[in-house]
Amino acid sequence: MAVPLVAITSAPLDLQALVNEIAAGASGDGAITSFAGLVRDHNQGRRVSFLEYEAYEPLAVRALTRIIDEARQAWPRVRVGVHHRIGRLEIGDASIIIAAASPHRADAFAACRYAIERVKQIVPIWKHEHFEGGDLWLEGATADPDNDEAREAARRIACA
Amino acid sequence: MRVNVRLFARLRDLAGTGELVQEVSSPATVATVWNSLVANMPELRDYERTMSVAVNADYSRMSAAVHEGDEVAFLPPVSGG
Repeated sequence: MAVPLVAITSAPLDLQALVNEIAAGASGDGAITSFAGLVRDHNQGRRVSFLEYEAYEPLAVRALTRIIDEARQAWPRVRVGVHHRIGRLEIGDASIIIAAASPHRADAFAACRYAIERVKQIVPIWKHEHFEGGDLWLEGATADPDNDEAREAARRIACA
Repeated sequence: MRVNVRLFARLRDLAGTGELVQEVSSPATVATVWNSLVANMPELRDYERTMSVAVNADYSRMSAAVHEGDEVAFLPPVSGG
């Protein structure tokens, strides 16, 4: 079965499958980088029990597609895939996986880092943290894809 | 006219529902829909400064026009990854 470049899914994430898909479309390239974000057992002094992720799925897919397009504008020869999991995730589960291929390693690393930074800025997904003693919705960035300052900040981090 | 409102994360918890139908007079903007929503649910109003909005699953602005049957979503600050 074909692996999509962008996915929002409640199923466990398969980093190797995404890397293979990215590699299949990147013959002759010299580099593939990958990233997996895992559910951490602590956050801001709280002992985390588990997380529940919620998404506005059609817009989340659009936002992920936009991020891939932005990465291609910044690094024209990269090929990027991003999958995000939703629903209940236990400590150590992968919540997001990213793979990026490029002729040279610098662009592959940069595109991978850029993608995760932009996910945190503009993709409509939320963490509901359940910790010892309570629960709360985490709230990070006000999503605004047209905010060029945020986009430039992500690009700077990616190239640092 | 009627629009379909979607609420997510803590906004959904505060409202007690993630989907509802809101009656607004035409012509209307996203702001019209929001104002009629918070008239019934004032506890949502704090999000006005930090939320994002979407119309038919595309990011939009409070000043954007909405039409009969549109889906208007109000989104708290995001925390994916």
